[in-house]
Amino acid sequence: MSQTFHHSTNTLSKLSIFGALFLVVGALWVTVEVNRSPYVTQEGVAREQPVPFSHQHHVGGMGIDCRYCHTSVEVSATAGIPPTKTCMNCHSQIWSNSPMLEPVRASFRNDTSIEWTKVNDLPDFVYFDHSAHVNRGVGCSTCHGRVDRMPLMAQAASLQMEWCLQCHRQPERYVRPQAAVFDAAYEPPADQRALGSRLVKEYGIHTRTSCSTCHR
Amino acid sequence: MKRLCVLCGMFLLIACRRDMQDQPKYRPFRKSTFFGDERSARPQVAGTVGRGQLHEDNLLFSGKSGTVFADTFPVPVDEALLRRGQERYRIYCSPCHGLLGRGDGMVVRRGYRPPSSFHVERLRAQPAGYFFDAISHGFGAMPDYAAQIPVRDRWAIVAYVRALQLSQNVPLADVPADERAELEKGTATP
Ligand code: HEC
Ligand code: HEC
Ligand code: HEC
Ligand code: HEC
Ligand code: HEC
Ligand code: HEC
Repeated sequence: MSQTFHHSTNTLSKLSIFGALFLVVGALWVTVEVNRSPYVTQEGVAREQPVPFSHQHHVGGMGIDCRYCHTSVEVSATAGIPPTKTCMNCHSQIWSNSPMLEPVRASFRNDTSIEWTKVNDLPDFVYFDHSAHVNRGVGCSTCHGRVDRMPLMAQAASLQMEWCLQCHRQPERYVRPQAAVFDAAYEPPADQRALGSRLVKEYGIHTRTSCSTCHR
Repeated sequence: MKRLCVLCGMFLLIACRRDMQDQPKYRPFRKSTFFGDERSARPQVAGTVGRGQLHEDNLLFSGKSGTVFADTFPVPVDEALLRRGQERYRIYCSPCHGLLGRGDGMVVRRGYRPPSSFHVERLRAQPAGYFFDAISHGFGAMPDYAAQIPVRDRWAIVAYVRALQLSQNVPLADVPADERAELEKGTATP
């Protein structure tokens, strides 16, 4: 009886089994990478805001400290978005006729809230605490980037679990002296390892990787 | 077929992720559809007094003894308080009053009404309570900082303003000998 298939199909079929494996692994890899990409995480995407508030002008240009506006960052889980009154501290006199600031004045007049678009947004099943970080030498710019160069706020990190963990496993790679936590332009020194290890001891920092740290 | 069903079921579950992502609960600043003003953070009910809100200590909360501004501090003034005051002054006051209290901060340079220097005779003679009151209730064109600065920090700032006033008005003879040379070279930093 003559063979239906030519002898070479043997190799072909082996190849296609092998190839399918690559295809599946490849597809998985693509999914993972797409999940990590800024397209999904929104990393580096500047958001539209009801008022074009610029950290570049207020922080970079005038050197106003984060805590002037984000007053609760040292003492509570949330950093706090400033109420309209805080803007009016200055804008009752500065640019007080600018149409750009009309939503701010309207909000102040009518006692309504300005609806800022949330930029850094963790899923609701994750617990995050600012005070735990900024009181232990983790600077704003480590997580939020150079806000003093952002005309509009953009997320600077992926905020994915692996991003939190790469620091929670090795905090000494990131911690800085407490006095520099609010410095938006801080650059880590060349001997970060040595400095980091010393500060981790000094501030009593532990590696925190148990699930209940962040999922509670 | 059975396997296909299970697979399809799993695909349906993907959509459930969003429910956990955005749970029907309030996180800080989240919008509410329940209350008329759409705020999930509720104001205190009128006429109620929360824990820690009973401001019995007149000096601590108003800067006055009786009805006149007091010149004493309700908290012990030590180095820790002054350091705290320096930090808080730089956050909340220096944008307008400047690092040295000369009334030349960045915001003033951009067109805000210039305040008077803290080092004029009139302000050096004012009691501590006067400064506390300016922070708590504002002063003329200056807004109040009651919402941004807790009471104890306000006193720390007042103590630091006092230290600033002292630092800008010392006779050279009072400066320790080893620091005097520095001053005369004009290299000392505040
Ligand atoms: C003059 C007031 C002001 C100062 C000073 C200020 N911010 Fe902000 N910040 C705001 C306002 C208003 C928003 C909300 C609008 C927006 O997202 O741009 C905001 C938003 C943010 C956000 C994004 C919040 C979100 O939705 O996820 C981050 C992060 C942030 N600020 C960090 C900082 C840091 C770090 C500093 C100090 C270096 C700082 N800010 C100083 C007013 C201020
Ligand atoms: C400490 C004073 C101060 C506070 C507080 C402040 N601003 Fe400003 N803002 C300024 C000054 C000064 C300018 C002019 C900037 C310049 O000349 O570079 C300005 C400019 C602006 C502009 C014009 C566009 C730009 O960036 O140049 C917008 C919009 C604005 N501010 C929004 C806000 C909002 C919203 C808040 C409240 C979260 C706020 N500001 C709080 C001082 C302040
Ligand atoms: C360890 C990383 C980290 C550090 C350090 C950090 N942040 Fe954040 N920040 C976050 C994350 C994550 C969120 C999103 C929280 C959420 O969605 O619940 C956030 C949210 C915010 C917000 C939006 C309001 C809120 O609380 O959700 C502001 C404003 C903000 N950060 C300001 C600051 C400032 C100012 C500092 C420095 C004093 C700082 N952050 C330090 C990670 C960090
Ligand atoms: C750059 C470093 C860094 C990053 C990034 C970071 N953390 Fe942390 N985190 C720390 C340090 C340091 C501590 C303090 C640990 C200690 O006190 O021993 C901490 C503490 C915490 C705590 C408090 C633990 C406790 O029991 O008090 C929580 C919750 C937390 N982190 C959540 C997160 C989440 C969620 C993320 C990601 C969105 C994140 N962290 C990203 C450094 C980081
Ligand atoms: C340092 C904080 C931190 C710790 C510790 C942590 N997680 Fe997470 N986890 C996160 C964050 C942040 C996210 C949200 C990621 C995102 O939005 O993509 C998350 C998401 C998840 C998700 C959902 C993934 C998805 O795509 O929906 C699961 C499941 C999870 N974590 C399980 C765990 C388990 C199990 C542990 C313990 C071994 C753990 N986590 C420890 C921060 C943490
Ligand atoms: C937004 C700018 C601004 C900020 C921030 C500010 N001030 Fe003022 N302050 C002023 C102005 C303007 C005046 C003068 C008001 C007038 O004469 O109508 C003033 C006046 C004063 C006075 C009264 C001076 C006198 O002439 O009798 C005191 C005291 C004072 N400020 C203390 C403070 C302290 C303490 C802080 C920090 C908590 C602070 N100010 C923050 C703008 C500011």
